[in-house]
Amino acid sequence: MSELIKKTAAELGSLIASGEVSAVEVTQAHLDRIAAVEDRVHAFLHVGAESALAQAAAVDARRAAGDELGPLAGVPIAHKDVFTTTDMPTTAGSKILEGWRPPYDATVTRRLREAGLVILGKTNLDEFAMGSSTENSAYGPTHNPWDLTRIPGGSSGGASASVAAYEAPLSTGTDTGGSIRQPAAVTGIVGMKPTYGGSSRYGLIAFASSLDTPGPFARNVMDAALLHEAFSGHDPMDSTSIDQPVPSVVEAARQADVAGLTVGVVKEFGGDGYQPGVLARFQEAVELLESLGAKVVEVSCPSFTYALPAYYLIAPSECSSNLARFDAMRYGLRVGDDGTRSAEEVMALTRAAGFGPEVKRRIMLGTYALSSGYYDAYYGSAQKVRTLISRDFDAAFQHVDVLISPTTPTTAFPIGERADDPMAMYLADLCTIPSNLAGNAALSVPCGLADEDGLPVGLQIMAPVLGDDRCYRVGAAVERAFESRWGGPLLSKAPAL
Amino acid sequence: MPYDEALERFEPVLGLETHVELGTNSKMFCGCPTTFGAPPNTHVCPTCLAFPGALPVANAVAIESTIRIGLALNCSIAEWCRFARKNYFYPDMPKNYQISQYDEPLCFDGYLDITVEGKTVRIEIERVHLEEDTGKSTHVGGATGRIQGADHSIVDYNRAGIPLVEIVTKPIEGTDRLAPEVARAYATELREVMRSLGVSDVRMDQGSMRCDVNVSLMPRGSTEWGTRTETKNVNSFRSVERSVRGEIERQAAILAEGGRIIQETRHFHEDTGLTTSGRSKEEAQDYRYFPEPDLVPIAPDPAWVAQLKAELPELPSVRRARLQAEWGVSDLDMAAMHNADAFGLVEATVEAGAPAADARKWWMGELARRANENGVALAELPITPAQIARVTELVKSGALNDKLARQVLEGVLAGEGSPDEVVEARGLKIVNDEGELSAIIDQVIADNADAADKIRGGKIAAVGALVGGVMKASRGKADAGRARALILEKLGVTE
Ligand SMILES: [Zn+2]
Repeated sequence: MSELIKKTAAELGSLIASGEVSAVEVTQAHLDRIAAVEDRVHAFLHVGAESALAQAAAVDARRAAGDELGPLAGVPIAHKDVFTTTDMPTTAGSKILEGWRPPYDATVTRRLREAGLVILGKTNLDEFAMGSSTENSAYGPTHNPWDLTRIPGGSSGGASASVAAYEAPLSTGTDTGGSIRQPAAVTGIVGMKPTYGGSSRYGLIAFASSLDTPGPFARNVMDAALLHEAFSGHDPMDSTSIDQPVPSVVEAARQADVAGLTVGVVKEFGGDGYQPGVLARFQEAVELLESLGAKVVEVSCPSFTYALPAYYLIAPSECSSNLARFDAMRYGLRVGDDGTRSAEEVMALTRAAGFGPEVKRRIMLGTYALSSGYYDAYYGSAQKVRTLISRDFDAAFQHVDVLISPTTPTTAFPIGERADDPMAMYLADLCTIPSNLAGNAALSVPCGLADEDGLPVGLQIMAPVLGDDRCYRVGAAVERAFESRWGGPLLSKAPAL
Repeated sequence: MPYDEALERFEPVLGLETHVELGTNSKMFCGCPTTFGAPPNTHVCPTCLAFPGALPVANAVAIESTIRIGLALNCSIAEWCRFARKNYFYPDMPKNYQISQYDEPLCFDGYLDITVEGKTVRIEIERVHLEEDTGKSTHVGGATGRIQGADHSIVDYNRAGIPLVEIVTKPIEGTDRLAPEVARAYATELREVMRSLGVSDVRMDQGSMRCDVNVSLMPRGSTEWGTRTETKNVNSFRSVERSVRGEIERQAAILAEGGRIIQETRHFHEDTGLTTSGRSKEEAQDYRYFPEPDLVPIAPDPAWVAQLKAELPELPSVRRARLQAEWGVSDLDMAAMHNADAFGLVEATVEAGAPAADARKWWMGELARRANENGVALAELPITPAQIARVTELVKSGALNDKLARQVLEGVLAGEGSPDEVVEARGLKIVNDEGELSAIIDQVIADNADAADKIRGGKIAAVGALVGGVMKASRGKADAGRARALILEKLGVTE
């Protein structure tokens, strides 16, 4: 196993820029790693070895020609299979898009290419990003590198597993209710949900438009910040994208101190339903922050209690409409078009065959919630809760610089354990959902292993809208302090694959 | 039931929903062109084909045009409003939802004054909102061209996403027997407003303006509205009028027999002037409207709206009043021009240099007669206002008289070229050569000695016969007035 795969993205970038290693060598090392472990991890739905090596060679050629390379040029990345890519199939983890080749690149894809990142392949996910375990992928689940019988989180489970398994130093994800932070937490890596509108949704196959947010995965805070900076920023193709400069997240990750900051502990997150090992590690993180010079206070955000039900009305409502376009007319699967059936029948047969059970469940929930006579009680009330949650955040950020909580109530659960219990599955996003509803920034960083199962626990750091830099500043400080205590990254404690 | 009887027993209530395709360069939510008539599915992109991941970006010009329409219709302009998704599955709608506006229209509470039989009627406007058009389905292999019975359907998405403004009236009451004329006058006036704003080519035949006509009846003396029907596929102003009349007659017959009207969509048939039942609305479609999360709210700056209002062009009703005064035309003649769709042509002819009275005389007289004979609209005659203006100029200069002018027009309409070319080719110049005219007169006097003697004897009225002879001999090309004077001179008679 090449030592290159253990290096950080920043290290790889500077090695490539200085010519000490070639981008092709780095890419090949990761392709070798993928070949070695992928049969057990199943992080990827598609590996594009040839195109990756070609992209790497192009970076090497640019270097040879004397071009100045960006900090991530030549660094490999695993790309969530919910972003469109012209050179690779894009499926969103669904049978309904099996084999689909988009005619255009997502803005995030384009920016990865512009930064010289080498796209290794497309990672697995819960179908249309609906789930917390990747078990809802139509192409089979991804396995947690810490324990292959357990889930890697979701929906961006292929993304988290690929980075935790050293198949890639970086990956992209999307976070609608926690789909970056929860997978990062349960695989012991860093995952960031930027401010909504801070990263472009153009070419991101929509689950819930008002919540979906692209964000980075990495094995350390600085790498996440570098990737965040590489693909974020205003995009005229996305009307909801914020026309303001990207917060200086790399600078904040470098700053890495909490002296003088006030940190709020969300009172509503803890107690029943939380694994004791998760609460213990979280308590340690609180004490660590105090020891680093932060002032820690308890903050009540009473509306957060209603976040989960509100989310499960808003997200399905939007998805019921967003997924209407999969109708067999213009692309993707077509079932039953034998010349005798009407377009409506073909649409119905295609959707019945092409969507998995969780997607159907949410389409039905959302269709119901938007129906006339129910709209006010369901969708309307949920929007009111959303406003209240934003107000809770606003009120809290009057007094504190960041809020913290466990990222998810439990460590990685065994594959299959919650597959037949949607409510238990939905609880995985209990702590992450408020930031999606309010659109603010939130980061998950590793904060140790739970005593009872030896699996990673995540610390969630929440900052105001456009306060993404604060997440990185605090996250980097916590990471540095923990790593000196642990004698290295948490991931180095993971069993060898 | 005959119309007059229907009106004796029932009172109609109207409502019109008009869709106008805006003439923007690009579609409502993507950069595709909007030009009509391109090969199928060539004006498409990931956004208007609803490819996964593609997102809409609102067309700022379309928003501006909609606000200008709202202002021209005396509407209030929303300070803040949103697009909404209207969800339903249909193959020609790529996203299976239409981006429209629901309870937050961009413009609301306005009115449009129209004139019917000399009376001003105020049509109140409920709302003006912005949405996107659907693609176009063609059903192949059936007898009717409709989806029932067709072998298969083909879809052209070129039209999908073209900006569409929907203008909805409040219920129009009290029109009485004039309901059909009111509906037509409203639609016609609305088109004039759109034209003056320059926001659309408003071609009903090409579908860039479409009217849905709602009609309900209530028994005389009642104040409770009846069940309404909505008639679609009304593709001309004349059809708007006919569809209202036909629907009043149809509904009255049903109600008179104790039947009930079904709330439904009906299709108008140009050939028969009748409507047939479409999809029933009783099993009400639930469109599951909700605010469009892919777009940000529209919040027009009040100062900008005020500026747009100040910069509105002269609206048709104002322009008509001004021109009526300038031209010195009666209300009745104005109405006649309006009904004949001649106003714009007359105006253009005046702008091309013709006196208003002459312009009106030609369009409302000779040309209206010919249009009527050929069963075409006045504007469809192959002659331009500039050509009419040239003819009036030739008459004024004495080169033509009215009789010759009519022949010139006939030549232009027959495709023989410009008025000057027709004059040249047909040799239609008035005989101005005094020598030639004098010779003709001498011959006519010689041939009509009796009449000449009577004139010499003081019976001046007899000169008409001689003038007629001169005109005949010159094949109409003589100047009759000049001929008369010369005849009298030659006969030594003074008037
Ligand atoms: Zn387009």
